Amino acid sequence: MANALVFIDNPGAALKKSSLELLTIARSLGETAVAFTGELNDDVAATLGAYGATAVYQPSVEDLDNYLVGPKAAYLAAAVAASGATAVLVDNSPEGKEIAGRLGIKLNAGVITDVVGVEADGTAHKSVLAGSYNTTAKATTPVTVLSVKANNVEPAPAGAASAPAVATVEVPAEGLANSARIAARTEKPVSGRPDLSEARIVVAGGRGVDGDFGPVEELADALGAAVGASRAATDAGWIGHDAQVGQTGVTVSPQLYISAGISGAIQQKAGMQTAKVIVAINKDAESPVFEIADYGIIGDLFKVLPQATAEIQKRKG
Amino acid sequence: MEETLKIVVLVKHVPDAQFDRHITGPGNTTDRDESILSELDEYALEAALQLAEERGGPKAGNEVIALSMGPSGAVNAVKKSLQIGAYSGVHLSDDALAGSDAAATSLALAAAIRHISADGRPVDLVLTGMASTDGETSLIPAQLAERLQFPQVTFASSLEVSGGQVSARRDAGAFSETVEAQIPAVVSVTDQINEPRYPNFKGILAAKKKKIAALSLADIGVDASQVGLAGSWTVVESAEARPPRTAGTIITDDGDAGIKLVDFLAAQKLL
Repeated sequence: MANALVFIDNPGAALKKSSLELLTIARSLGETAVAFTGELNDDVAATLGAYGATAVYQPSVEDLDNYLVGPKAAYLAAAVAASGATAVLVDNSPEGKEIAGRLGIKLNAGVITDVVGVEADGTAHKSVLAGSYNTTAKATTPVTVLSVKANNVEPAPAGAASAPAVATVEVPAEGLANSARIAARTEKPVSGRPDLSEARIVVAGGRGVDGDFGPVEELADALGAAVGASRAATDAGWIGHDAQVGQTGVTVSPQLYISAGISGAIQQKAGMQTAKVIVAINKDAESPVFEIADYGIIGDLFKVLPQATAEIQKRKG
Repeated sequence: MEETLKIVVLVKHVPDAQFDRHITGPGNTTDRDESILSELDEYALEAALQLAEERGGPKAGNEVIALSMGPSGAVNAVKKSLQIGAYSGVHLSDDALAGSDAAATSLALAAAIRHISADGRPVDLVLTGMASTDGETSLIPAQLAERLQFPQVTFASSLEVSGGQVSARRDAGAFSETVEAQIPAVVSVTDQINEPRYPNFKGILAAKKKKIAALSLADIGVDASQVGLAGSWTVVESAEARPPRTAGTIITDDGDAGIKLVDFLAAQKLL
């Protein structure tokens, strides 16, 4: 009997860091099993063992990825039953949260999203109302479903690796009925930069970049950072909507957030104010962003950012 | 002309994010003074109005019903929706609903949607925003779909309905997907799908004549024990205001701010 079940959805050739974080949290709750979809290659299986998974479940059907949310939740419910787990951990992506939501209804289980920390008794920590409150919440049901945000624990392998038993779980047929089908899928262009929601450092540009994200992207690349943007910049079409940080975009809590040419309206603040360190560069000394910045520079981003980029490259040799 | 549609749009009355928001209610719930229609729901309402207008609007038999669950003040979210253009409204309100988590909320909303379908014409589409701007969990569309056993088409950045089928583009995650489902369906839309209209003077006047049905738990056949703090499967045990961030060092660029910035990052061990 496992205590915790981690859902890992079609990771491809290698596990994502966020999955390793889930496995690390799960181990702190007890014996850990994994509900897996996609191809389980030897490297991935070995990594699951290294992170202490004692059982790995796979679905009886191969086309779960052709459906939206519902069938994956049905599979996960069956895996919960097979494993006996009382805590289920999924990633906090839009689909992860939705799978958590439907799983909760199927299992009569409380669901807590946007979790940043889990205690041994299942108490979850999260930040709400755009980072203005920290709350603790707990499910009152036998099973707890948690969607956990990335970057809140350091992934750590188990002291001793295990050789997980692999088993197939029957996906209930009704899981596929009443579900939306994915008729076509195109991979979005890959930037080579870290994923915005998981990045350790984010460099973001706003209205002040005036159509030119070049200096923002160059500083991001020098720092190994993701590129973000304010809604004003994405609405202007200067950069894709995927880069939007804020209430209607991605919420980030990186170690470092560099805000360039962003005034810091509440919409933006909502997406980034839990960053550990905030740096702001803006021409306007009255910008609200300076009220929350640990380090503020009143100046022209087109001068400050390239100078910083060159200095970082110089120091890195 | 396409077949007419009966559309329910979920609208939520939420604390205005332009002001400081507080958790001061019983059971660590949010203070709902200074509340407005959740901005993200305006995109769902616009999408519903466009679908109905393509099909000849109310005269042709389309229905666009704004449904809100919440205390007495939440009727304002319904009224605002009627001013923007919804054809009629439903306000589900009951003291026992206070403190409902997503699971309890989805239970009550599913029952309300079944009630709205029980007039002999079933609901074709349930449209929602991508999240509420207060709870921000995005759980309700998925949980409603599970409870109603409707397909869910969520985070839609485009939406077409034709021949009893919904087709949408979904951009959440690493892929851009085309998603298809049969109606009835639950559809949540992003803020990329359209430009919501504003209420005009004519709309504000017209709204006064539109009907708002008031529903209680008894009307929709839900027992008080199934909802509210008692019926919820999660409990918020504590809520602490995060200390406000304070301004740090502010410098004015004298020509070397970029270098000073790198010094700062190095001192913080962030390089």
